[in-house]
Amino acid sequence: MTHWILAPIILPAILAPFIVLAARYHIQIQRVFSMAGVVALIAIAAGLAWQASDGTVTLYQLGNWAAPFGIVVVGDRLSTLMVLLTAVLAFFVLLYSMASGWDERGRHFHALFQFQLMGIMGAFLTGDLFNLFVFFEVLLIASYGLMIHAGGQERLRAGVQYVLFNLLGSTLFLFALGSIYAETGTLNMADLAQRVTLIDPEETVGIRVAAVLLLLVFAIKAALVPLHFWLPSSYAEAPAPVAALFAIMTKVGAYAIIRVYTIIFPPDLEVTAGLHNDWLLPAALISLTIGMAGVLAAKKLDRLVTFSVIGSMGMVMVAISLFTAESIAAALYYIVHSTLAAASLFLIVDLVRSSREHLHLTVLPPVAGAALISGLFFVAAIAMAGLPPLSGFLGKLLILDASFTSSSGVWAWVVILTGSLVSIVGFARAGSTVFWKAKSVAPESVEDNEDDTDAPSAPEAPATMSYVAVGGLLALLVSYTVFSGPVHAYMSATSAQLFAPQPYFSTVLETPGKLSKPKAEEH
Amino acid sequence: MEFLVASAIGILTAAGIYLVLRLRTFPVILGMSLLTYAVNVFLFASGRLTIGAPPILVKGVETYTDPLPQALVLTAIVISFGMTAVVVMIALGAYLSSADDTVNDPTDPDPQPEAEEDVA
Repeated sequence: MTHWILAPIILPAILAPFIVLAARYHIQIQRVFSMAGVVALIAIAAGLAWQASDGTVTLYQLGNWAAPFGIVVVGDRLSTLMVLLTAVLAFFVLLYSMASGWDERGRHFHALFQFQLMGIMGAFLTGDLFNLFVFFEVLLIASYGLMIHAGGQERLRAGVQYVLFNLLGSTLFLFALGSIYAETGTLNMADLAQRVTLIDPEETVGIRVAAVLLLLVFAIKAALVPLHFWLPSSYAEAPAPVAALFAIMTKVGAYAIIRVYTIIFPPDLEVTAGLHNDWLLPAALISLTIGMAGVLAAKKLDRLVTFSVIGSMGMVMVAISLFTAESIAAALYYIVHSTLAAASLFLIVDLVRSSREHLHLTVLPPVAGAALISGLFFVAAIAMAGLPPLSGFLGKLLILDASFTSSSGVWAWVVILTGSLVSIVGFARAGSTVFWKAKSVAPESVEDNEDDTDAPSAPEAPATMSYVAVGGLLALLVSYTVFSGPVHAYMSATSAQLFAPQPYFSTVLETPGKLSKPKAEEH
Repeated sequence: MEFLVASAIGILTAAGIYLVLRLRTFPVILGMSLLTYAVNVFLFASGRLTIGAPPILVKGVETYTDPLPQALVLTAIVISFGMTAVVVMIALGAYLSSADDTVNDPTDPDPQPEAEEDVA
């Protein structure tokens, strides 16, 4: 039994208290350990993804207790892929937060960051619904701390909304778990998947309620309309690196939906039939519409980016809700793309914010380093809006292709194409107001500042490493586009593994644990 | 007993939801705690209700109650308790920094600055 599968959870879990206890007054030491931890995580995650790439399902039984009763950690292609994505994203976010000094503006940034990573990794790797809840709570409680990091009136108010909405989600999650346990008597995903098929199609009320509740919970995490209200102000008010890290959190919801609704409640299961087409697809199309309309309607740059996140989640959910092997592969491709694109957009907004009076889309003197920042914004906006040549376009193409054969494909095509057009207009408008028209008011205000000592001094240009972090994310997006062939092949294999879960079940349920051996010796 | 437990869960949930829908933080937090009580009782009941039966193996006992929901409830209580403490602290911070304990954003969060209007 390999122990490496546990490392992405254990490593941040050890580092975080270490940072709090041993290095709380030394920001440099915190940075070194935090960075070293994340780099190690990337290495471990890459190793795990490589190990899973041939289709092996890695199982770890905590305390050596066998599956339905013991707690298991399972790594298949999907989990290790998401773990790798998280680790890579965390690296760039951490780089940015160090370069921009965000980590010094409040206490315990690095410790909370590590706890957040632990929660996300755990949510991806767990093979048990109750532990999914526990890891959700771990990542949420860390995110509450990160969300209000550096304080301030607006941020605290947005923080209260964020916390309350997520607490409500957690309560709902517990209700869902209670109903599932009452109906099936197990919470292990593999065990559950086998037991729901045994439920009498006549007596489906309980399990249907449970499945719908669970879908609601994950939709809250994934910010699916109409459950998205927590997202715009929380993400806009959160510190930029935190918002960039949160780009993976909506994907935790998407991951959970993919995992639970392909393995436990697959579309052809009789007891939960209709859930996917009748509810998920319309919700996804509406969130795509609202997200893209929000991009056009936003009055502030940070709100614009948050609405583009909602729109991209809508896009992901459209693909997921079709529940075919091709559509899940397309969704996975788009998940990785939109995580990187959204994170880089949040960081670029922060670059703009650091040298601009406010983020309203009005004409102001150009920001420091405008040429470079506008270039970065241009690339990131192209990626997010899904214009060729970047991966957003390829992802969208894959989703369109996957929905071609579906009965509701027409709707998907109309909404996706119109939505993309609207978001392109929105991004173009924002970019031209913030970067292009700025030149028209440039000269006088800069000179004024030099004469008048009372006026706020001309803003400093962001540190070079901030550009490196953002540029790195965008470079990653470009290479993701270049290698989209092999990547898509990998995603297809991942989705095929989800639709043929028998090896997953047998690995989880048939691996002997502690209980099976001593019993045999006793008798 | 089923009626008692079920109606307790129902009333707690209803009261909790009513309070959560209020606009000020204190009632909302109270509503959240009522909801967590409701969910804890609900989890407890999800292993079927039995009276006087032990959840661990004891010699000479034939009927057992399901031990797993008790473990789940234990975890859920700890988590919801911690979360309530966190939300109280954040709400207090928000109240002290803005002297206002409404949950919603102000109707016009930050009005459009006026100086730049003419340039656009």
